[in-house]
Amino acid sequence: MILPSLAFIIVFSYIPMWGVLISFQDYNLFKGFGASPWVGMKHFQMFFESPEFWNIMRNTLAISLLKLAIAFPAPIFLALMLNEVRNMAFKRIVQTVTYIPHFISWVVVSGLVFSMLSADNGPVNDVLQKFSLIDKPINFLSIPEYFWGILVSVGVWKEIGFGSIVYLAAIAGIDPALYEAAALDGANRFKQIFLITIPSISPVIIIFLILGIGNILNAGFEDILLMTKNLTNGIVMPYAEVIDTYVYQMGIMNQRYSYATAAGLFKSVLSVILLFLANGIARRLGKASLW
Amino acid sequence: MKLNFSDKVLQTVIYFLLFVLAFLTFYPFWNSLVISFNVGSDTSIGGITFWPRKFTFENYEIVFKEKNIFHAYLVTIGRTILGTAVSMFFTALFAYGLSKKGIVFKKGYMIICIVTMYFSGGLIPYFILVYNLHLYDTFTFLIIHGMVNVYNMIIFRTFFSELPDGLEESGRIDGCSNFGVFFRIVLPISGPVVATLGLFTAVGLWNDWFTPAVFISNQNLIPLQTLLVQIVNAGQTATLIANLNTYAQSAVQNSVTVKALQMATMMIATLPILFVYPFLQKYFVKGALVGSLKE
Repeated sequence: MILPSLAFIIVFSYIPMWGVLISFQDYNLFKGFGASPWVGMKHFQMFFESPEFWNIMRNTLAISLLKLAIAFPAPIFLALMLNEVRNMAFKRIVQTVTYIPHFISWVVVSGLVFSMLSADNGPVNDVLQKFSLIDKPINFLSIPEYFWGILVSVGVWKEIGFGSIVYLAAIAGIDPALYEAAALDGANRFKQIFLITIPSISPVIIIFLILGIGNILNAGFEDILLMTKNLTNGIVMPYAEVIDTYVYQMGIMNQRYSYATAAGLFKSVLSVILLFLANGIARRLGKASLW
Repeated sequence: MKLNFSDKVLQTVIYFLLFVLAFLTFYPFWNSLVISFNVGSDTSIGGITFWPRKFTFENYEIVFKEKNIFHAYLVTIGRTILGTAVSMFFTALFAYGLSKKGIVFKKGYMIICIVTMYFSGGLIPYFILVYNLHLYDTFTFLIIHGMVNVYNMIIFRTFFSELPDGLEESGRIDGCSNFGVFFRIVLPISGPVVATLGLFTAVGLWNDWFTPAVFISNQNLIPLQTLLVQIVNAGQTATLIANLNTYAQSAVQNSVTVKALQMATMMIATLPILFVYPFLQKYFVKGALVGSLKE
């Protein structure tokens, strides 16, 4: 019973793992793995010395850290706020609405962003003009410096509601007696949030944080690819190119298979190191850890 | 619970913030829907906010008359249904096998699976493998791409291992084989898990544009989301109009604009999800929790 699926996993997951060895070769699709010459670290060296390398590293790290600093805590804030809502109908509506974007494809989301921010009758520009905050429409999407901000905001917009589910579940598990005791001691809601709710859900937060740090180099892929594709001429690329999009560009578009695989392997190795580091730190601190 | 003054201030601020958030989430969808139902030439004058000024179905008529788009829609539907069925079947079968106590080397199999969740060869070696297996540019590949999902497998396995042993024994006494037990007893009572995981899988397949973009070059096999990328990419008129047939071309010159067509296409790619969403919300939420409790 397990044979078909096991075979599938071995073929489609383990053969590609073995396949990273082509980053040490000058791989040629027609010669195949056996006949392509071995070239040692050549492709890694080329990647590190390429003029784009530091730019890509800067973008990857900056976008990842921004996501970790903003997109990670956002659902926690939402859950804390939702927990304070006493009107159940209102709470339901907010939850229902904020979950929706999670189920919408990035293709459609990037189309929405494009339409919202467009300089030509985009609602955002319309509103800003109506309130006389700007004189003429800004083409937000073609200003490279704005790209990080837009990317992270859209990411928050898409996932904040769905991400809050886990935290809401954790909050629901807190013993109500704790709140009653705090209220008797004179703590207002604001204090109760800080002294009871947040400490009670901190193990969940830490586990998700560790997972997030392991993912830190996955600055984004689909979102960046789609949001930059929508922009004319890739003007924002100096701020948008990250390791994953670079691998895609070099490997699939330019068919430099070995070079792209080397860049990808570099990323995986770094990610694993970060994951272990984060987990180690969390365990030292004596809180939750993954293993 | 009695609220004092500071609590009331806090509440007001929170209600206000949540209202703003819900509005910001909802409005882009609404705006696009409005544009898709408004006469294109009217939209470009600007200023449409909450309701269509000149209501029309024309944009949708053109989109559905466009052969490429209609065909891509069928590919999407086919891929979603078949792909979800295949994925659920093989993943559940795998999980059932691994949930049995007597299996030799069981722990080894689990490790083999879990490793794949953290390490992978990456895009390029995968691409080369698919190419060498002659799966490049085939519909088969679109179906089997997500055939076994380790994450779902673990959830299935947890569910199966909690089933009482007696169920299975009763099946055996009635003369069922391993497969008989799986099909006649285990699967029928796994409805909730299959529904939850099936939904996530189906939404994932419906929304996937990247796999076809990389592994499919034949335009006849491209699903809607991938076609949509091409359409949105075309940005301004040229490429899109070149893709449209003569009927649409004459229409474009009149009242329909590229933007209106883009919005209508985006809506037909999204409406099925928005439509089933209210009915399935409880499964979505349950699924999100099932997934997160794994750690």
